[in-house]
Amino acid sequence: MLDLLNGFVVELRNAGLPVSLTENLDAMEAVQHIPIEDREAFKYALGATLIKNNAHWRAFETVFEVYFSLRGTEYRIVEGDDETALDDMWREMQEQMRQGEGRGQAGGSMDDLTPEEIAQMLMRALLDGDQALSRAMAKQAVQRFAGMEPGRPVGGTYYLYRTLRNLDLDGMLEKLMEATREQVGGELTSLEERLEREEYEHRITEFKAEIEAEIRRRLVADRGAEAMAKTLRKPLPEDVEFMHASRDEMQSLKKALYPLTRKLAARLARKRRHGRKGPLDFRNTVRHSLSYGGVPAEPKFKYPRPAKPELMVIADISGSVAAFARFTLMLVYAIQNQFSKVRSFVFIDGLDEVTDYFRATEDITEAIHRVNTEADVVWVDGHSDYGHAFEVFWERYGKDVGPKTTVLLLGDARNNYHASQSWVIREIEHKARHVYWLNPEPRSYWNTGDSIVDDYGVHTDGVFECRNLRQLEAFVEKLA
Amino acid sequence: MTETVTEPRFESVQAVRDALRSVDYLADDGIAGVAYLADRLGKPVLIEGPAGTGKTQLAKSIAEMTGARLIRLQCYEGLDESKALYEWNYKKQLLRIQADNKSDSWSEIHDDIFSDEFLLTRPLLEAISAEDPVVLLIDEVDRVEVETEALLLEILSDYQVSIPELGTIEAKQIPLVFLTSNNTRELSEALKRRCLYLHVDYPTLEREKEIVLAKVPDITDHLADQVARILRSIRQLDLKKSPSVSETLDWARTLMLLNIDVIDEQTAKETLHILLKYQTDIAKAAKELSVDE
Repeated sequence: MLDLLNGFVVELRNAGLPVSLTENLDAMEAVQHIPIEDREAFKYALGATLIKNNAHWRAFETVFEVYFSLRGTEYRIVEGDDETALDDMWREMQEQMRQGEGRGQAGGSMDDLTPEEIAQMLMRALLDGDQALSRAMAKQAVQRFAGMEPGRPVGGTYYLYRTLRNLDLDGMLEKLMEATREQVGGELTSLEERLEREEYEHRITEFKAEIEAEIRRRLVADRGAEAMAKTLRKPLPEDVEFMHASRDEMQSLKKALYPLTRKLAARLARKRRHGRKGPLDFRNTVRHSLSYGGVPAEPKFKYPRPAKPELMVIADISGSVAAFARFTLMLVYAIQNQFSKVRSFVFIDGLDEVTDYFRATEDITEAIHRVNTEADVVWVDGHSDYGHAFEVFWERYGKDVGPKTTVLLLGDARNNYHASQSWVIREIEHKARHVYWLNPEPRSYWNTGDSIVDDYGVHTDGVFECRNLRQLEAFVEKLA
Repeated sequence: MTETVTEPRFESVQAVRDALRSVDYLADDGIAGVAYLADRLGKPVLIEGPAGTGKTQLAKSIAEMTGARLIRLQCYEGLDESKALYEWNYKKQLLRIQADNKSDSWSEIHDDIFSDEFLLTRPLLEAISAEDPVVLLIDEVDRVEVETEALLLEILSDYQVSIPELGTIEAKQIPLVFLTSNNTRELSEALKRRCLYLHVDYPTLEREKEIVLAKVPDITDHLADQVARILRSIRQLDLKKSPSVSETLDWARTLMLLNIDVIDEQTAKETLHILLKYQTDIAKAAKELSVDE
C-alpha cells in the first residue's frame, strides 16, 4: 500500500502537480480511516489531501484512474465482483430481448448479435437512462469493436475512434429524439425538445466516457500503469500553449481565464492601495486619538494614489497567433478598470481600431467575435505585414501616444519578409512611457525564418515570451 | 499536534451523509467524505467553489447536526489580529490604572491589567477556549491580505493561540474548522498545506432536483425535475454569472407562488430575472431558450 501510494504521488509530481511531503503524509493517514473497498471515498480522501487547486482535479483524476484501476489485489476483487454482476445483467437483458423477438435462444455472447440489435439495446439503455446497462454496453462495445490486441503500439484514441465509428452515436441522438416524440404522442414544445435533447446528449457523453474508461483499463492491463500514465499526461490548464491548444484545451483555458482575471484584478487593486506608506495624516490621527483619551496611540497615514497607466494594445490577429491575441485582449479588458484608458488595435496587414467593439457591449466574448469578423484588417493579401500595419498606426494614431501611455505589442513578428519599418517602434518608444512586446512563440524560435523579433525588440523596454496563461498572468501583473 | 484527544464525531462517511440529510443539506460523496476525514484527522477544511453553492451552508449544517455552536469569523480586507484573535481592553485597563493610582504598587497593577479580565476574546480565541463543542467558520478567507493569513496558521495547525503577556492557550477540544474561499486570489501554500481541500461545484442534475425537493415544500416532482433541467441548460451557456443554487431555490419558490405546474417558454422567459442578474445574460438565455431547433 505504501509503495502504491508513493508511486502515485511520484506520478502526480511528474504530471506537474505540486505535492508536498506533509500532504503526502496526510494522504497516508487519511486512507487509514477509509474503508479500502470504497473506491469513491478513497479517491476523495486522496484528492482532499493531495490536490489543493480545482484546476488540477482533472489531472489528478486521470492519474488516479490509471493507477487504481487494476492495481492491488483488493481492487481486483472488487472490480471482478462488479463485472460478474454486470455480466449477469447483460445476459438477462439479452434473454429478454430474444424472447421478445420470439427466437427463444438462451445465453450466448455478444458475438451472436447483429450490429442492429446492439444499436437497439444501446438505444434502450440511453432512453431509460439505465446506467448499469450502458456501463455493460460500453464494455461489450469495446470488446467487440475496438479490436484491441496486446502489445500493439497504438494510442487509446485510435481504439476510441474505432469503437465510436461502429456505434454511430450522432445518429443515435436523432433516433432518441424521435422515440421520445412518439412516446409523448405529438409534437414537443421547443423548450421541452431542447431539454430532452440535452438530457440525451448528457447520457451519450457519459456513455462515451464509459467507453474511454474501459479502453484505458484494458490498456493499463496490457502495458502497465507507469507507461500509461506517461502517455496520458497532459499539461495543466495554465501550462497549455496558446499556439498549439486543441479545442478542448481552448475550452478549459477559457474557463481558467475568468477566475484568473478576478484574482488579478483583486491583487492589482490591493497592490495599488498598499504600495507605500505616505506622510502622517494629522487630522485623522487626532480623530482616532479621542478613543484613547487624547493620546495619539494609532498614527494614520495618507496613502498615495498613483495614477493608472493608459494602455494601447496592438495585436496581430492573423491565423497563427489569433488565439494568443484573443486571450490577451480578453485578459486586458477583464481588468480594464486597473487602467485609466484602454485602446486596442488589431492588424494582419492592415490595421483597425477595435476599442468601440469593447465599449459597445459588456460581453467580452461577443466583442472578440466582432473583432474577428468585422474589423478591417486586410490590406493586400491577408498575410501578416507588421511593417505596413505599424506605418498605418503611426500615421493615424501616432499623435495619441503620450507620456502616460503604455504600448503593448502582441505577435510572433513573423513578417513574411516584408520591410520591418522598425523606426515606428523607435518613434513610439520616444513618446510613450513603456513599450512591451509579447511573443507567443518559444524563445528558441525567435529570429529564425521570417521572425524579426529583435529588429523591433531593441526599441522596446522588453520582449516577453508568453506561451501560456501562467506567463501572461505574470506579465500583466508587472504591467499595472 | 496537541495531545488533546477528541472522540470521533462521526461513524462513517455514510453516517455523515445521512446526518446532513436530516438537516436538509444534501451532500454528495466528496462533501461527506471530506467532512468525515476532517473529523478523523483533526484538520481544517478549505472549501472553494463558485458563489452560492452552499459553502457557508455546509459549515452551518454541520454545526446544526452535531449540536455545536457556530463561531463565525467574517474575513475582510484590513482584518487584523485585534479583530480575529484577541485584543486588550485598553479603555478598561486605563480605568483600572486611574481608579487606584495611589494605593497599588506598580508590579501589582502590571500583573493585574494583563489578566483574563481585560482580554477581549475575538472569534478565533473564542473557538479555541470554548468548553462546549464548537464549529469554527472562517468565511471568505481569500479577502484578507497574504500577511494576515499567517495569523491563522498557528491556530489551524496546532489549535493554539500565543498571547505574549499570558502565554499559550491551547484548545480544550479540537473544533471542526471550515474555511471558505471564493477564489479571488491564490491562497498561500502554507495555508493550503494545513487544510483538507474541498471544491464544491454546481450540483449535478439529480442532486439539484433533490435539493429543490427538500428545500421547497409542496413542489411536485415533475416541476422540480423541469427546474433542474432548465438550470443545467442555462449553466451550459457562456454567461457572466451562472445561476447559483440559492437562485435556483428562489426561482422554484417563485414558480410555486405563481401557481405554475408546468414551465413553458413564456413563464421561463418572464421569470429569468430571478436566476440571472445581468441584462446581457438574461437576453442571451431568453434567446437560447426560445430557439427552435
